[in-house]
Amino acid sequence: MNTVAAISPKHAAGQRRRERLFRGATLGAALLVLALLGGVTLSLLIGAWPALAHFKLSFITREIWNPVTDQYGALAPIYGTLVTSFLAMLLAVPVSFGIAIFLTELAPGWLKRPVGVAIELLAAVPSIIYGIWGLFVLAPVLQRHVQPWLIDVLGPLPLIGKFFQGPPFGIGILTAAFVLAIMVIPFVSAVMRDVFETVPDVLKESGYGLGATTWEVIWQVVVPYARTGMIGGVMLGLGRALGETMAVTFVIGNAHRIGTSLLAPGTTISASIANEFAEAVGDLYTSSLVALGALLFLITFVVIAAARLMLMRLERRALGSA
Amino acid sequence: MKSVTVKRMVVAAVSTVVFAGAALAADISGAGATFPYPIYSKWADAYKTQTGVGLNYQSIGSGGGIKQIKAKTVTFGASDMPLKPEDLQAAGLVQFPMIIGGVVPVVHIKGVAPGALVLDGATVASIYMGEITKWDDARVKKLNPKLALPGTTIAPVYRSDGSGTNFLFSDYLSKSSPKFQSSIGANTSVQWPVGIGAKGNEGVANMTTQTDGAIGYVEYAYAKQTKMAYTQLVNKAGKAVTPNAESFQAAAASADWKNAAGYYLILTDQAGPASWPITGASFILVYAAPPDAAATTAALKFFDWAYKNGGKMAAELDYVPLPDALIQQVRATWKTQIKGATL
Repeated sequence: MNTVAAISPKHAAGQRRRERLFRGATLGAALLVLALLGGVTLSLLIGAWPALAHFKLSFITREIWNPVTDQYGALAPIYGTLVTSFLAMLLAVPVSFGIAIFLTELAPGWLKRPVGVAIELLAAVPSIIYGIWGLFVLAPVLQRHVQPWLIDVLGPLPLIGKFFQGPPFGIGILTAAFVLAIMVIPFVSAVMRDVFETVPDVLKESGYGLGATTWEVIWQVVVPYARTGMIGGVMLGLGRALGETMAVTFVIGNAHRIGTSLLAPGTTISASIANEFAEAVGDLYTSSLVALGALLFLITFVVIAAARLMLMRLERRALGSA
Repeated sequence: MKSVTVKRMVVAAVSTVVFAGAALAADISGAGATFPYPIYSKWADAYKTQTGVGLNYQSIGSGGGIKQIKAKTVTFGASDMPLKPEDLQAAGLVQFPMIIGGVVPVVHIKGVAPGALVLDGATVASIYMGEITKWDDARVKKLNPKLALPGTTIAPVYRSDGSGTNFLFSDYLSKSSPKFQSSIGANTSVQWPVGIGAKGNEGVANMTTQTDGAIGYVEYAYAKQTKMAYTQLVNKAGKAVTPNAESFQAAAASADWKNAAGYYLILTDQAGPASWPITGASFILVYAAPPDAAATTAALKFFDWAYKNGGKMAAELDYVPLPDALIQQVRATWKTQIKGATL
C-alpha cells in the first residue's frame, strides 16, 4: 500500500517519458543497421555500375582478368571463393562435430574446460597470423610431404585423379582450404558445443533409461534436438570462410585462372580485391574490383537466405511431427 | 572543489587538442606509393628533428596517391608509375622523380650461387610466358656456357599485389620481347599465363626460397638483405651487369631526362654499358597552381632538403639518389612550373 502511494503522478509521467525515449533510442539503433545495409548496397551498386554496364553478363562468365587491356571477368575469383569455402567446410564440419560431441558428451570433467578455452582462444587469433603460419609453416610441409604423395598416389586414379595433378607448389586452392578449415573449426565447434549443451538432461537420461547406448543417444536424441542450431553454426563458419581475405591471399597463389587440379594456384574474390585495389588505376579497373565486392555481398546474402529457409523448413517439420 | 579540478582538466584537454591541431596543420601531407615509403619516413624523421616540420605520409599505393592528389586531399601524391604529360596537363599537376630503385630477378636452383646465373630480357620473358620450362633449356645454357644447370622444372613466381615492382618488371619484359608486349603487356598487375602469385616482396622471396627451381623478382634492397641468389642481366648494350647502386645510377644518368616532357620516362632497358635494365624512379606529384601555396612550399622545402642531405640515408636503405644534373633540372622545374611556391 505504502509503495503504491509513494509514486506520484509527476514521477509516473517522468517514467513514461523515459520509457518513450528509451524505446525511440533502441528503434533508432535498429534502423541504423538497416540504413547502413542500404547504404553499403547502394554504394556497391553505384561503384560497380560502370563495370557491369560495360561487360554485362560476361563479367561473371569470363575467366579473363587483364588490367593491361582493361578486360575483366570474375569467373576465376567466384570459382575460387566457392571451391575453397566448400572444401574448408567439408574438412571443418566433421572435425567440429567431433570436438563438440566429445566436449559435451564424452570428455571427463577435468578436460572439458581446458579444451573449451583453447578452442575459444583459437577463434581469437587474427587471420593474418593464420596466413603467415600457412605460408611459412604449412605450405612447406604440404609441398615436401603431402602434395608429392597426393600426386603420386591419387594423381593416376581415374575420375578424381585430375584434381591431384601438377607440380607441388605448396600453395594453391587446397592449401587455402586447409587454412580456412582450421580458421572456421573454432567457430563451428564453439556454436555446436553450446547448442548440444542446451539439450535437456532429462531427454538424454530417458534415452539411457530405455537402454540406449551413447551412440544411439547422440544420434537419436542430441543431434535431432540440436539440428537447427548446428546448421546455424555451420552457416556462421561458411560466412567467415567466404569472406576471409588475408589468410587466403597468403596461401592461394593468386592466379586469375581456373585449374582443374586442387593443387593449382587460384584466387578468391576478397583476395583479388586486397591484392589489386591499392594500385588500381583507371575507372573500369576500380569499378570491376567494386563489382567483385558486390558479387561477394550477393553470394553471402544468398547463403544466409538459404540457411534461413532451411531452418524455417526444419522448424515447420518439427512442429508437424510433434 | 571537485568541479574546479574537472574544469581545469577540461581546459587542459581542450588546449592540448588545439595545440596538437596547430602542429598537425604545419605537417606536410602526402599519400601514395609503398615502394619509397621506408626512405620517405626515414627522411621525415631526420627532417623533423632538424626543422620541427613533420611529414604525414600514407603509403596507400600509387593508384591511391594519384586519386588523393586529384581529389586535393593531400599536398603531394607519390607514384611509381609516371603519369603521361597529357594526364598531368589535364589534372593540373607537376611531376618530378624523387628516388631510384631497382628490381632484381632471384632464383633458387641447386648449385647456382648468387650472381652466377646470367639471363637476358627475352629469356626471362619466355620463362614467364611458359615457353622455357626447364633450367637446362638451350637458351639458358647459351647465356651460361660454364654453368652446370640441372634439368629442374622452372617455377615462375610473381607479385600478386599491384605494385611498382610489377610495373617495372613487366615493362622491361615488354621492351625485351614483342610477344610478351602483345600477349601480356606492362602494368602494376598483369595477367600472368603461368606461375604462382605471392603477396609482397616478402611473399615472393619466401616462395622462391622454398621452391626448387623457382625464379622470382624483388626490390633490390630485399634481394640484398635476404642474401638471395640474384641473377645478372644482359643490358641493351649487350653487357652482363650485376645489380647494385652503381648500375642503377648508371641507368638513371644515361637516360635522356632533358627531352622527357613532365619527366615521363621509364628507366627500364636504358642504353649505356653499365646500366641495370630494370631500374625505376619513384615520382612526386604536386599542383601546378596550388590551392594552398604555403603547404606546397613546405613540401618542396622538404624535397629540396632530401635532395641535398638524403643521399647517405638512401644508400643505407639500398635506394639510389638521383644524379646531380637531374636534381638541378628538377629545381629549375619547380621555379618555372609551380605557381606561388617560393623556396
